Amino acid sequence: MRKLLILFAATSLLVTGCAGAGSIGTGSSTLVIAIVANPQMKDAIALAPEFEKATGIGLKFVSLPENQARAKITASTATEGGEFDVVMISNYEAPQWAANGWLENLEPHMAATPGYDEGDFIPSIKQSLSYRNQMYAVPFYGESSFLAYRKDLFDKAGLTMPARPTWPQIADFAAKLDDKAAGVAGICLRGKPGWGESLAPFTTVANTFGAQWFDKDWNAKLTSPEFAQAANFYVNLIREHGEVGASSAGFSECGTRYTQGNAAMWYDATVMAGTNEDPASSKIVGKSGYAPAPVVKTQASGWLYTWALGIPKVAKDKDAAWKFMAWMTDKAYVQKVGHTYGWNRVPPGVRQSTYAIPEYADAAKAYAKPTLDGIADANQQKAMASPVPYPGIQFVGIPEFQDLGTRVSQQLSAAIAGRESVEDALKQSQDYAQTVGDSYKAVQ
Amino acid sequence: MTTVAPRKRAYGKGSLTVATWIIAILFVFPLLWMILTAFKQEADAYTDPPKLFFTPTFEQLGNVLSGGFLPYLSNSAFVTIISTALVLLFGVPAAYALSLAPVKGTSNALGFFLSTKMLPIVAAIIPLYVISQNTELLDTVWALVILYTSMNLPLAIWMMRSFFLEVPHEMIEAGRIDGANLPTLLRKIIMPVVAPGIAATALICVIFSWTEFFYAVNLTAARAGTVPVFLVGFITSEGLYWAQLSAAALLASLPVMIVGWIAQNHLVRGLSMGAVK
Amino acid sequence: MSTLSVSTPTSTSQAKVEEKRGLSTAAKRRLPLLPALIFVIAVTQLPFLLTVFYSFQSWNLVRPGSRHFVGLDNYIDVFSDTTFLVALLNTVLLTVVCVLVALLLGLGLAILLDRKFLGRGVVRTLLITPFLILPAAGALLWKTTVFDPTYGLLHFVFGTDTDWLSEFPLASVMAQIVWQWTPFMMLLILAGLQSQAKDVLEAANVDGAGRWRTFVFITLPHLSRFLQLATLLGAIYIVNSFDAIFLMTQGGPGTASTNLPYYIYQRAFEGFDVGQASAMGVIVVILTMIVATFALRLMFRTFSVSGGIK
Repeated sequence: MRKLLILFAATSLLVTGCAGAGSIGTGSSTLVIAIVANPQMKDAIALAPEFEKATGIGLKFVSLPENQARAKITASTATEGGEFDVVMISNYEAPQWAANGWLENLEPHMAATPGYDEGDFIPSIKQSLSYRNQMYAVPFYGESSFLAYRKDLFDKAGLTMPARPTWPQIADFAAKLDDKAAGVAGICLRGKPGWGESLAPFTTVANTFGAQWFDKDWNAKLTSPEFAQAANFYVNLIREHGEVGASSAGFSECGTRYTQGNAAMWYDATVMAGTNEDPASSKIVGKSGYAPAPVVKTQASGWLYTWALGIPKVAKDKDAAWKFMAWMTDKAYVQKVGHTYGWNRVPPGVRQSTYAIPEYADAAKAYAKPTLDGIADANQQKAMASPVPYPGIQFVGIPEFQDLGTRVSQQLSAAIAGRESVEDALKQSQDYAQTVGDSYKAVQ
Repeated sequence: MTTVAPRKRAYGKGSLTVATWIIAILFVFPLLWMILTAFKQEADAYTDPPKLFFTPTFEQLGNVLSGGFLPYLSNSAFVTIISTALVLLFGVPAAYALSLAPVKGTSNALGFFLSTKMLPIVAAIIPLYVISQNTELLDTVWALVILYTSMNLPLAIWMMRSFFLEVPHEMIEAGRIDGANLPTLLRKIIMPVVAPGIAATALICVIFSWTEFFYAVNLTAARAGTVPVFLVGFITSEGLYWAQLSAAALLASLPVMIVGWIAQNHLVRGLSMGAVK
Repeated sequence: MSTLSVSTPTSTSQAKVEEKRGLSTAAKRRLPLLPALIFVIAVTQLPFLLTVFYSFQSWNLVRPGSRHFVGLDNYIDVFSDTTFLVALLNTVLLTVVCVLVALLLGLGLAILLDRKFLGRGVVRTLLITPFLILPAAGALLWKTTVFDPTYGLLHFVFGTDTDWLSEFPLASVMAQIVWQWTPFMMLLILAGLQSQAKDVLEAANVDGAGRWRTFVFITLPHLSRFLQLATLLGAIYIVNSFDAIFLMTQGGPGTASTNLPYYIYQRAFEGFDVGQASAMGVIVVILTMIVATFALRLMFRTFSVSGGIK
């Protein structure tokens, strides 16, 4: 008893002392930054003390996995909660939120920052973060999707990857390379629920099969023959020649499997190349080739995605917030990461000048060009068979899509797990989608 | 029973002891594995088959500690201690009122307290978010202090009430007859009996506050994040880091693990609500 | 929601006694109770009133300007939502199975520990530890090191590539929750075992009652109050399980492991549909109150609430 009380009292004293300094009286010169906990962002957090020292501006990071970060950032921004001075968002949120008046227009800030050079951003990325031609978020890294494949396994099996592969060809390769005994899956594809997880690759597949979420008049098309064909193709490919644990495998799980040598191919975000070629995390450095996103009916099929930084309208110290954002997205930052952590860890797909750096070109020679080509080709004209009433390639650029996409993705993973037929999954999804579509029909 | 030969009996007990040990180790094996993984390099953390022998490293623990763990730790400690203190401040008088000086409506009050524990906490999360935003409590330790106090108070009152009921009625009456007033009664007669029970209750409040996840994740950001929030930050969307995750999980749980180990007996007493004397 | 009134015969008689004593004493006696009562009412009931208010509105956070009053529409939507029913069933299943299994395992472990043997203290320390670690840490630990189909311990033990979390999602989540709560049950039951009067047990022994008979006719009845307490407390916490589902399966695949807390969270923080999430919250509260009334009666009987001073 007495022991316990003493323990309690001692820790109380100790802790109230610390907490007083750490948590309660935070001065106004400290920025709070909500960020997605991906490796490139963690590098930025590790480098942040340099910024603090140079500017005297304190930084506090809230780093959460994608789904949680998104829920938090959206709730905070939509209710104007004001917890964050800088938020990490994507090209899904940026134009919508700008239209809602939730974000600070960054054009004046960029204009007032000599040497920032926003003209250096890859045009399609810049465009995707703009609303009425004004940028409301600045990109940290950008990506399309492409196909990584193990050149050594292809050679051994006597296969050659075409310059522009099609999905039926890929399914064929996957069947030939699938080696259950050796623990090597034919292909790794995401099956983990989440609109940013399985639906991203799946929707690009659906697009190239000629399917669409909604037609021009906001009729949901999830039970159309094209959509059903695409869904069956995707689900069967995973079930027959995909990775184990597919229905809970997302980017990171596929990444682990591919870099540990447990998959022969992997269709995913172009940023994966950095991890694949990093000896610290990968057992298959130098063994991969990179092919453009496979197609069926369209010219291209890669997605377009970027993690970017924006300032909520309610943020207090917008100038300090901008200073930090500029530091994290300017040319000098790229150099800093390259020299500190190695060139494979540089945030890719954002600045054209990055690709002109000789060290980077050398380190990234296997994937630099496929990445740039993928990003350049990622637009609705090239990746979709017919016009749609919404922005976005791998997502539907309306606010309801977070919810709709997540629900549909749950149905998709149920089908991948074999708990439900693809037809049932699509029928249920169609209901969800039509409810959303109807609310837009009414608006028109 | 009595016919069993002593030797055979001793042998039987020995094998039961071995079995108990094996079961215990199997039961906590995932935990032991986590501790082991915390000292691995990432490359040793996910291997097939799992590696039992490896060169231990403090790198992961070091990374976690240097990765901004301390502010979360101090937030957690602050919230836990202050809310536990508040629980005792509100709870002890209430438990006294509900046990030694019961009035009409006692059972209603007790029922009310317990019923609040049965409410799904998600049901009120949106209003709580909006209210804390409007009162400028969002992302402050005080929001959590208030919520944890109300979260633990009902159970604490139930527990402490049962300890107060243990005070022999005759002792109180005897004290009254001797002319002792309420403060004296409390100090001299009641407190010595209930103090261990109060300590046990405090311990349980500490455990529940330290490990609370839902409010912490939804109502804090950078300034008031507690240890579970820190832990979630270690799940990255792009790349699995088991060793680092294990190290973070270990460090996050350690304070309460140690307190719980030291005060095991109090834990038993608190949970059994005074039924064990 | 509000006060549950569970009146018992004794409490009325007690009330009568009180009336005789006069109001002022009663008021004075009530005073120490007030701060706690007011505090808990303010923190738990006021937000809930807002939930009720929101539940009559159509309000999507990410579609500004969409907020308007819709009457009972949200409730109609919720009742026609099949996922809600799935989540409700999952919640019931999860709670009942987890409580029962944890209780049985806890009983077994407690019996093993209820005797003197070498290293008993260490074994007890080991066994209570799962209850002391963060539930979030426990969930992540099981998801990665135990259930991972390629690098997990179960894969190593069984040698199969079973993807536990997608083939047996609810069972996997339950396993984790049971693991977390078994120590709690064990501690409680152990307390009960150790509070048995040793002379009664010895007497039974002398009378030639076998171990089994002693257990069934003497120990179990003695334990019943502890078992009830363990069940009630366990159920209160397990019915609200969120961490394990949130971190291990995200409710999937499909909605196979979605329980009500997680589903409401999803509607609120992924769908940002404040109106519908609130309506679900209100419905869940009503259902809980119905169940709780029965649970409380049990608790009252067990703990002789109206007993006052013994």
